[in-house]
Amino acid sequence: MMSRPIYSVGDRWFGRVNAILLTIFALCALYPIVYVTSLSMSSGEAGSSGQVWLWPVEWTLAAHQHVVKNSLFWISYANTFFYTVTGTLTSLALVIPAAYALSKARLRGRRVIGFFIAFTMWFHAGMIPFYLNLRDLDLLDSRWGIVIAFALNAFNVILMRNFFESVSPTFEEAARIDGANDFQILWKVYIPLAKPAIATVALLCAIARWNGYFWSMVLLKTEDKIPLQVFLKKTVIEVNITESVAGAISQQPYSLETITGAIIVLSIIPVLIVYPMIQKYFTKGVTLGGIKE
Amino acid sequence: MSAARQSSILKDSSLLQDIRRDWMLYAMLLPAVIWFAVFMYQPMAGLQIAFKQYSVFKGMQGSPWVGFDHFVTLFQSDFFWRAILNTLMISFYSLVLASPVPIILALMINEVQSTGFRKTVQTAVYLPHFVSFVIVAGIVIALLSPGNGLVNNALEALGLDRTYFLTRPEWFRTIYIGSSIWKEAGFDSIIYLAAIMGINPALYESAQIDGATRWQMITRITLPSILPTIAVLFVIRLGNVLEVGYEYIILLYQPTTYDTADVISTYIYRVGIQGARYDIAAAAGVFNAVVALILVLVANKLSRHFTRTGVF
Repeated sequence: MMSRPIYSVGDRWFGRVNAILLTIFALCALYPIVYVTSLSMSSGEAGSSGQVWLWPVEWTLAAHQHVVKNSLFWISYANTFFYTVTGTLTSLALVIPAAYALSKARLRGRRVIGFFIAFTMWFHAGMIPFYLNLRDLDLLDSRWGIVIAFALNAFNVILMRNFFESVSPTFEEAARIDGANDFQILWKVYIPLAKPAIATVALLCAIARWNGYFWSMVLLKTEDKIPLQVFLKKTVIEVNITESVAGAISQQPYSLETITGAIIVLSIIPVLIVYPMIQKYFTKGVTLGGIKE
Repeated sequence: MSAARQSSILKDSSLLQDIRRDWMLYAMLLPAVIWFAVFMYQPMAGLQIAFKQYSVFKGMQGSPWVGFDHFVTLFQSDFFWRAILNTLMISFYSLVLASPVPIILALMINEVQSTGFRKTVQTAVYLPHFVSFVIVAGIVIALLSPGNGLVNNALEALGLDRTYFLTRPEWFRTIYIGSSIWKEAGFDSIIYLAAIMGINPALYESAQIDGATRWQMITRITLPSILPTIAVLFVIRLGNVLEVGYEYIILLYQPTTYDTADVISTYIYRVGIQGARYDIAAAAGVFNAVVALILVLVANKLSRHFTRTGVF
């Protein structure tokens, strides 16, 4: 980086205004999350009369206690963990070997297979044929259908391949002199080298799994298979958008508003915990996936 | 590259030799290739139902061909035209209003001298990207609630009328684009920041010796240097104008806001998945996919023309 320059008066004011505006933006980014958290910790009365705007009013955890008593909430939570972990592992097991093979210039048919995969980024059959295909494969309302049918996408393969291509071929040559075959070279040499890239792909998959709701909503019909986001949609969106239930639970220490807040907060906690640790990998993923081929 | 070229000079027998030599690499590729064949290419065969009178009992093969009947039906439908128009309008407004925000944010973050403050700002503005659409929609609904939402409370305090924004078609695009900016602008700034990091520091040092102000350095060095990145990303967006965030729209729209909120993919979802009219919905999907492919190809041509670097 450059050495810190000496600024003129105008430049110093520029710096101050810039810092103030960025502070405002940062607060805007955080505010909705703070608001929902405070709402979830306020009394039902304060929540439904709209008194909360920054800090909890009439502090209580009644809404949270009410939510954690709901067994469906925990079932969907456990389901989300299942889909996230098995889905991410399946993705890695498919992406890493394929990307490694595609990164080898000597591979015959490499361009054709690469195009076969990349083409799906520009043209795909769309929602209805995709859905009917899953139906024909008997993967509707199936946990493994959710895990397998969404395990791959062309972008992740290309991102991983770009990383493998950037590794110096001398690593492979040295291992080959020692008599290693392709599987051993991938497992013992390339995978340890590729840890940051693997972490990036793993986190892209995991976040997509944790946050996705659409196909789970479409495909899963049995209540005890649904992930957290579908549970959230049913309880937070579908209830609130009609507002028909409002007032029905007014005698309680919680209200529809504070319950909504509590469900949101409880479901976002894992993301908030891992977010500071994973932030740098996403930055890497954006630059690695880049615009290169 | 040189190995491939060398071997291509040799005769056919070397092809078999190469394949035998690399069988482990093919074995590594096989599961992924099968996956793409089953989950990406097999559905393409299912596109034929767009040209058939689909019946569940006769199945995909047994259903009779009807040619372009479904397409005619679609183009005679006001709802389909409305969906096309809404898709284009939402894309256009996003392109104009939302896509400059991450650029400005990146330029501003780059001007911060203190590493601690910069990291704090980045951590804060990237965070909404990791919040799911269901939660974003939940927060939007809570904030805009007509009875006790914060926005309406503020309006009332200012002496204005309460409005149930989510039932008003004229507000839908504002809500959708505004909350999308909140969710993605910070994270989208990463790619521009990466481009700024690649600028040669010597440019700034010599500008400083010449007495340039910070504003001049932004407009004459930083911005021109990241212009290729801006151009390429703009072209990618242009190629994707038909791809709007339907997963998010489905959470926010209601029959009363369909006039501005219903886009092609939400139309396909309602007609196909919810209404089980698979053939009509598939026809709409074919139209969407073909136009999207053409747009992407045109966009790539444009990108090559302007920046000499293709998107792919």
